[in-house]
Amino acid sequence: MVMDGTAQQDSPNKRAWRRFWRNRLAVLGSIALVLLLALVIVWPFLAGSDVTASPGDFIHHPDAHGETPFAEPGGAHLFGTDIHGRDLLSRIVAGTRISLIVGAVGAIVSLVIGVFWGAVAGYTGGRTDSLMMRVVDILYSLPSIIFVIVLITTLHGFLERWGVSSDWIPRLKFIALFAGLGAVSWLTMARIVRGQVLSLRTRQFVEASRALGAGDAHILLRHILPNTAGIIIVYLTLTVPAIILYESFLSYLGLGIQPPQASLGSLIADGSLQINPIRIYWWLLVFPALALVGTLLALNFIGDGLRDALDPKADRNAG
Amino acid sequence: MPTTQQSARSSKVRALFCASVLLALISQTACRPAGQQADLRIINGSEPESLDPAIITSLADSRIVKCLFEGLTRLNPKTARAEPALAAGWQISPDGLVYTFDLRTNAVWSDGRPVVAEDVVWSWRRVLDPMTAADYAGQLYFVKNAEAYNTGQTNGLTGKRFVASDVGVYAPDEHTVRVELVGPTAFFLDLCAFPTLAVVPRHWIEQYGDRWLLKPGLPVNGTYRLENWRLNDRVRIRANPLHWAADEVRSKVVDFIPMSSPATAMNLFVSGQADIIWDKSLIPSSLMDVLRKKPYCHTFGYLGSYFFRFNVTRKPFDDLRVRKALALSIDKRRIVENITKAGEQLANHFVPPGTADYESPEGLAFDPEAARRLLAEAGFPDGEGFPSFTYLMNNAPVDAQVSVELQAMWAKELGVKMEIRQAEWKVYLSEQSKLNFDLSRSSWIGDYNDANTFLDLFMSNNGNNRTGWRNERYDALIREANQQTDVARRRGLLQQAEQMLIRDELIVAPIYFYAGVNFFDPEKIEGIHFNLLDEHPVYAIKKKTK
Amino acid sequence: MYFFRRTLFLIPLLLVISMVAFTLVRMAPGGPFDKERAPASPEIERNLKAKYHLDKPLPVQYAIWLGGVLRGDFGPSLKYRSHNVTDIIASGLPITLVLGGLAFAFALGVGIPLGFITAVKKGHWEDHVGGTLAILGICIPALVVGPILVMFFGVRWKLFPVALIGTPMHLVLPTVTLGLFFAGRVARLMREGMLGVLDAEFITAARSKGVPERDILLRHAFRTAVLPVVSYGGPLLADLMIGSFVVEQLFRIPGIGVFLVSSSLNRDYTMLVSLVLLYAVVLLVANLLVDFAYGLLDPRVKLA
Repeated sequence: MVMDGTAQQDSPNKRAWRRFWRNRLAVLGSIALVLLLALVIVWPFLAGSDVTASPGDFIHHPDAHGETPFAEPGGAHLFGTDIHGRDLLSRIVAGTRISLIVGAVGAIVSLVIGVFWGAVAGYTGGRTDSLMMRVVDILYSLPSIIFVIVLITTLHGFLERWGVSSDWIPRLKFIALFAGLGAVSWLTMARIVRGQVLSLRTRQFVEASRALGAGDAHILLRHILPNTAGIIIVYLTLTVPAIILYESFLSYLGLGIQPPQASLGSLIADGSLQINPIRIYWWLLVFPALALVGTLLALNFIGDGLRDALDPKADRNAG
Repeated sequence: MPTTQQSARSSKVRALFCASVLLALISQTACRPAGQQADLRIINGSEPESLDPAIITSLADSRIVKCLFEGLTRLNPKTARAEPALAAGWQISPDGLVYTFDLRTNAVWSDGRPVVAEDVVWSWRRVLDPMTAADYAGQLYFVKNAEAYNTGQTNGLTGKRFVASDVGVYAPDEHTVRVELVGPTAFFLDLCAFPTLAVVPRHWIEQYGDRWLLKPGLPVNGTYRLENWRLNDRVRIRANPLHWAADEVRSKVVDFIPMSSPATAMNLFVSGQADIIWDKSLIPSSLMDVLRKKPYCHTFGYLGSYFFRFNVTRKPFDDLRVRKALALSIDKRRIVENITKAGEQLANHFVPPGTADYESPEGLAFDPEAARRLLAEAGFPDGEGFPSFTYLMNNAPVDAQVSVELQAMWAKELGVKMEIRQAEWKVYLSEQSKLNFDLSRSSWIGDYNDANTFLDLFMSNNGNNRTGWRNERYDALIREANQQTDVARRRGLLQQAEQMLIRDELIVAPIYFYAGVNFFDPEKIEGIHFNLLDEHPVYAIKKKTK
Repeated sequence: MYFFRRTLFLIPLLLVISMVAFTLVRMAPGGPFDKERAPASPEIERNLKAKYHLDKPLPVQYAIWLGGVLRGDFGPSLKYRSHNVTDIIASGLPITLVLGGLAFAFALGVGIPLGFITAVKKGHWEDHVGGTLAILGICIPALVVGPILVMFFGVRWKLFPVALIGTPMHLVLPTVTLGLFFAGRVARLMREGMLGVLDAEFITAARSKGVPERDILLRHAFRTAVLPVVSYGGPLLADLMIGSFVVEQLFRIPGIGVFLVSSSLNRDYTMLVSLVLLYAVVLLVANLLVDFAYGLLDPRVKLA
């Protein structure tokens, strides 16, 4: 009874967190992600900033060239080396960092703009809905490649005019890349959220709270969005890999990251050249692919856990 | 209940309907009538932009066009030097300015009409006609008044615009073509084999306009007729029985398969679905160390240079010592052995070895000691104070790998920091021609076998200069060389020019000379001979019968 | 009535899209006739531009193009200069449609059952295995799946052709390569839709009325559960119908998907804007169908 009492006093958020921590896979995923983040953040300090120096053991600078191209995994290079004799492990770590940033940008944009746009369109309905969704259609139809090309060159032109040092070029590409990826990442999210909201806004519980005099914002935030949390999270877990892979496609066209930088996507794209009937340097494909799959599995477990934890029905059932 | 059953049934019907429509579509589009299998299947590089001799610019396109339309001369399958084609013979005036070609009397279009001298005149004028907008009209600028007509200049004597009839190509009778040149042009006969100068069917073009190539029954005068052309699928050609040398044609039906992925090309070849791969863009560089040991891989010297341009208008690259320091610290061997791997020769000079009647002067080899000394002299000991600079390049994998190598070499040998600026192809071209770069990756493939096709690039007013370098002495040397009829004297002048380019002024830093690479099984295919131009006339190639 | 108005609304929408695309491509540096080798004189380039009206003001160019489109002529391709854009679309579109249709069927055929099973068996091993498969499908790109399939099924075991088209067998590997990624996404969305519906009021009500579980799942739950998939279906269908650059390049399929990317890179203005228009038509119609399907599946959704 006492236990029940305290549980009753807990806020829904607290209860959601408790549910989350009870989900074994979600906890496992969280631990893996935290470890990965730690590795990605600490690695550059371990590897140092000097390309020509070698810190020894199995930690290397991701851009340091070596004398043994295509060395097999083992020894000083745990995951082997690539065509320039660079250490694959350190490149995967560096690539994971870039890919995580890219994925996070896509996720945030699609969460903030996409959810807002879709929810407002679906909830308001009628002419506003039509107008907002047509904007989505227009943006979806435009070729994103051209968009990115225009962005990059415009930004580059500005920098040249202002006489900014060429050190900025890789960073500049990043900004354009993020803008380009952000511009496309939220569109489908908006459509999906709008679809759900359209279906939810006529449900009994929404009608009921409206009858009780609740305002639109209150209904949207308190009643409708929590019910779409599941689909939002699931779609986010779909957006992140899509954005990460889209980045590698842009890089393949010369519009993404600059060499010698690496992303998981570009490492996998390089690795895919190794699948041929003549000779296979398997590590160049297998390790980056495993890194991506592992990262995304962890994200998915967390997503599933969050989904179950945030589900309002779970709250109701438990209560 | 009946309603749900009905809807279930109707949805089943709908699904069946959809499936049958899909099946019908599949059989419509994917399963074309099996048709005859080609005698020869060639993977030929990217999809042709056109098959119009006046329009094409790429090597892949020209290989097909050379089968369809013939010029006054053609290149020999073995030596790739000019030999009689539409012209059975010719006379050259002692000053090298007037060429008189005697046309074959038995040359006909594939619809039976004879090919006459007037056709040659009309075809050349068409290339020069501003309305045709031919990219390669410049190939005819060696002919008198050709440039003036093409660029719409006004004749200083008459005060009128130059017109087609001012161009120095005439048909005194049905089987004679007389050409007047601007200067004695040592390579003019080779140029006559270039597809831009091929003869096209006037009667057909006048009838069908811009869409003449796509009309069935296209008359050709080459060794093959065009049978089928479907974008990104194939170009199929069939032997032309009316060609004057029809009995020399050794493969009747030939498919050119357009391709842009080296991996897919290799898969098709290995699984026996293609007989030949030949294009620079289809070499799987990362596998070349293994492939070169296979009997079906053939590599040979090729008329192409890989280099980078300096932008001499920007600091610190206006300083010769800086340019030399960068060039001297390139370990070309590492690039050729680790990256390109197709047996490319290291390049210390710009004109590829083996170029006809020419030998290049010696340029700068790998010497990091001297490089560091020069950099210190220029005021940057150990790279201190050297501004970070950019290397403009496009997005091809091999080019990216070479640029990454250069970056590491310069960091290691000189202590300078280079940023790679990878741009998408059109941006790369546009930035390069606007001189928006410090260094820029470049390559050049010779159009014909003569040093001029490489050296005239860097004349002051050449659109391909793209370095900001203007030098009157260089211009004068090239111009004087092209007025020479004496081979040895001409070579001397061109050598002096190249010496400026790669040593005394160092405007470009050569890295390697391309290797030609062909894939075909010598047990099965015969008639491909290796030459500097990677020129392999299709009529001479044959699949051996068992 | 609602759908009639939406259909009418397509026309101004298409105008806006084509106009924006037309302006956007001109902002990209470089032009269709920029080559590695500059022409021998600047006049040549001027001649080229004049021939294709590129020397006229942008609105005039747009009007010329639009006038052509209204007559069913998309104008000449600036890259493939012997072909009209209409020729290229006519020769490539049917193949792309077939491949896209097959991949769509594959994505739904694999994705929906997979999502259904993983939802019904939530927390069991079927869920974990199915979920992992779906994630593999999502995060391994066609760039990797395609070559692996070709390596084994094409080169090694010689079950299917490695590339090109000709027989239905040629379409098998491209379909799987293209469909796998979308199948994974459909499975995830389907699972989520199903989970959301399984403990909804009307399902609980049906259970308490003693409706057999099989019927509950297939008849009642499924209709609502498939909604997220349907939402996603519009863009999915459009993406598949316009083809895939990677798959078409990898298997050298003469569709139009390659051109959507290559015309951007080649600055083939007429080609690109025409393809954008085509894509927009497919997308808008697909979205219209999706909204229509919404009304059918969920009577509570009122759009008008």
